[in-house]
Amino acid sequence: MPVKSPYARKVRASSSSLWRRKGPRLVRLDVELTERCNNDCIHCYINLPANDEKARGRELSAAEIKRILGEAADLGCLTVRFTGGEPLLRPDFEEIYVAARNLGMGAVLFTNACLLNPKLADLLKRIPPLRRIEVSVYGMTRASYERVSRAKGSFKSAWRGIRLLQDRGIPFIVKGALLPPNKEERPDFENWTSSIPWMDGPPSYSMFYDLHCRRDREKSRSIARLRIDPKEAARELAGNPRKRAGFMEFVSKFSEAPGNDLFTCGAGSKTACLDAYGILYPCIMLRSPGAAYDLRNGSLKEALDGHFSRLREKKASRPEYLERCARCFLKGLCEQCPARSWIENGALDLPVEYFCDVAHALARELGLLEPGEQGWEIADGEERVGGRTNPAKKGNLHGRAEKECPGT
Amino acid sequence: MDPKIKMDALYVPSPDVVAREIEGELILVPITSGIGDLEDELFTLNETGRDIWEKMDGKRSPRAIAAELAAEYSAVPGEIEEDVRGLLEELLKRRIVVEGGGR
Repeated sequence: MPVKSPYARKVRASSSSLWRRKGPRLVRLDVELTERCNNDCIHCYINLPANDEKARGRELSAAEIKRILGEAADLGCLTVRFTGGEPLLRPDFEEIYVAARNLGMGAVLFTNACLLNPKLADLLKRIPPLRRIEVSVYGMTRASYERVSRAKGSFKSAWRGIRLLQDRGIPFIVKGALLPPNKEERPDFENWTSSIPWMDGPPSYSMFYDLHCRRDREKSRSIARLRIDPKEAARELAGNPRKRAGFMEFVSKFSEAPGNDLFTCGAGSKTACLDAYGILYPCIMLRSPGAAYDLRNGSLKEALDGHFSRLREKKASRPEYLERCARCFLKGLCEQCPARSWIENGALDLPVEYFCDVAHALARELGLLEPGEQGWEIADGEERVGGRTNPAKKGNLHGRAEKECPGT
Repeated sequence: MDPKIKMDALYVPSPDVVAREIEGELILVPITSGIGDLEDELFTLNETGRDIWEKMDGKRSPRAIAAELAAEYSAVPGEIEEDVRGLLEELLKRRIVVEGGGR
């Protein structure tokens, strides 16, 4: 329905055309309401048991979260992303959600849908989140789903929750995770997702699996075993002409080596992540102690203008990074970032071997590299991608599509 | 049929909408369902629209708002009345404003 008056216009909240100037100080706040989850997914890095009383006791109260949401609104924030763990585990979720909406913020909800009930679904219908709910689905059968979730009854609960959304016409999208128990079901899964009216296309899949972001070694080892082989990932991402064309267009714009700049995404600049215990981080993934800012003893504005601003000025100094990543024209194809570097290596500025392997496999799939060549040794990278990098738009895959990077 | 504005009635912003000023933009965020056309739709008002919005306090009718603006802008009252009517009808049909007032 068009707006006929010249004095008003309607715009999607996600559109940058909303802003005539530079936009708000804080674009989006991610809120991990809990690290606990009703599921125990084999690939997940943040799923303490639902009944972990110690974790529950440390979590922010609803009043504390509402105070922080108020600060976010004062900074112009239009979107809050509720995640976890499973955010619906909190009995005060409705109170927190309604508070965010009454502050004039849209809400993204990351959920497995298992804990949705008719009362909550009715609330989401009456007070819509203004953004599509994002539901993670782990299998099309009870056997496959629960081999991933390791929670008895979770398959039935998840599908009941999804039906509650469907029956009420509440917009949602579905995300998948390519894992050994469900890989074979992919055609069935995509057949089903194609019937969901709010999907923009085929579902996005997790396949690289971030390791435990607080560096739990045992957990990280078990997650790493589930990661897709780099060559298989390359075929998955660029294995047909349409996908290849999309990637080539992207790399033609973002092929520049980053030099010693560490932060090339918006983490800690326009977005931030509040953990379940009141610590603010630049993004969902980055949990290095030096990045932490205690919001129980400070403000969001101080965190953004002071702590994160200083953090983002840091430069890479480790020789391995400067020798490889800093000079690599494939940086735009690579998922390496300060957060993943810290998770995997304990430092912000080191190559991440797995993501380096994926980026190189992808570059070979795209015909940008010959066998044996390394991205950081290539002098004519810009010619190979046939484009011109826009220095004002440095980025990587994270910036290409928000949903591909859980962090930013 | 779209609702019509009565130029001598009183209108107020709907309690189901939050008006936020961010970076110089006045942004109207729906809280309850059925206000926008799409799930993530917002409305913004330009400076003239904002002047109209801010005067819509439940004490001034659209005609009174138009008269004040005509004086402020040194404009022809009839033209301003049509502009006020046009904007308020857009907002009324989306339930961004509702009839009421007298506070």
